[in-house]
Amino acid sequence: MALWILGTVLEILAVVCIYRRGATRRYFFLCFYMLVSVVASVGRFHILLRYGLFSLEYRYFYFYSDTLLTIALYFAVISLFSHVFEEMGIEPYLRFAAGLLLAGTALFSYAIVSQSSARIPTHFAFELSQNLYFVGLALTYVLWGAIVKLRETRTQLIQVVLSLGIYFSVYAASYALSNLAPGLYSYARYLLPTVGCLLPLSWAYAFWRLPVNARLAPARLLEVAQ
Amino acid sequence: MTVALMALVILAASLAALLQFFGIYCRSLIAASVAQPLSPEIQEVTGITSGAAGPEDFPRVVQLLRLCPDFSNDRQQLSAIRLYFWLVKSARWTLASLLPDVRSWAETQLAQCAYFAAVALDHRVSSSRTALAAQMHDSR
Repeated sequence: MALWILGTVLEILAVVCIYRRGATRRYFFLCFYMLVSVVASVGRFHILLRYGLFSLEYRYFYFYSDTLLTIALYFAVISLFSHVFEEMGIEPYLRFAAGLLLAGTALFSYAIVSQSSARIPTHFAFELSQNLYFVGLALTYVLWGAIVKLRETRTQLIQVVLSLGIYFSVYAASYALSNLAPGLYSYARYLLPTVGCLLPLSWAYAFWRLPVNARLAPARLLEVAQ
Repeated sequence: MTVALMALVILAASLAALLQFFGIYCRSLIAASVAQPLSPEIQEVTGITSGAAGPEDFPRVVQLLRLCPDFSNDRQQLSAIRLYFWLVKSARWTLASLLPDVRSWAETQLAQCAYFAAVALDHRVSSSRTALAAQMHDSR
């Protein structure tokens, strides 16, 4: 519970830091994700108090809101792609490719769920969320490759992308582990909220501590990437 | 069987990516601090001059950091760098005899961790001074 409240407070703090740096419009989708996450946390807390932790209502709400959050985070990653490729003017293609990838992931998730489950909507939400974490990880990897290749040296952007990479890898690994050994998933109950706190904290740090125009020397960027 | 195999591949890929992203994230934190000069008093206290830290300085600077009140909210970054320091140190012990290049790379990384900690100490000292000055101003 403490981790939960802490995570929500940190998400608000991250939005405040982005706002104070005057980067709300520039990083709109990061703020949007954080605010959706705050609303989801409040909703989950309300349902938890009303129906209890082991109720069906809470489980349904948890998994559906998690899917929405994952989609919001997916758009946040795509918006970071727009930042990195902004000088190339390929935003319409990026949007099209992002939509196509999201639809493809949804279809793939549906194909898996329809073969094995009677409660398709709930399992679909879970499966889509799980697959989007892995897609998000792969996209963040590609994004980091693009940052290095294009010599993108904005320190804030670099730290936001790298913390996202850590976040996606932990979530993708924990979902894969829960598929391999469902008994181990109870440990993830503590790990995931902890990592959930670290993401807004690292974003808040990046926007609070680093000036908007802070840049790494290109040689330093290559040293970091090695 | 196929689902288990897929999960295993995803798990292995995610853990490899986690390790790599964590290392790069820590190096990006360090890179942002390397350009910052140390104040003369921090140089005197830590014995580190700008750009000339050694791997053995890190534990000493971390002890100094523990003595200093934290007004600059850098605890998470310091924890990340401490974990990175420990990982690189482990890599130096285990891989250095097999791969000679690892030793010099690890020495550089460990030294940069020490410099990062010294910059953090500098920030904490200046934040504490600012907080103390504000407190004295308020009490007047």
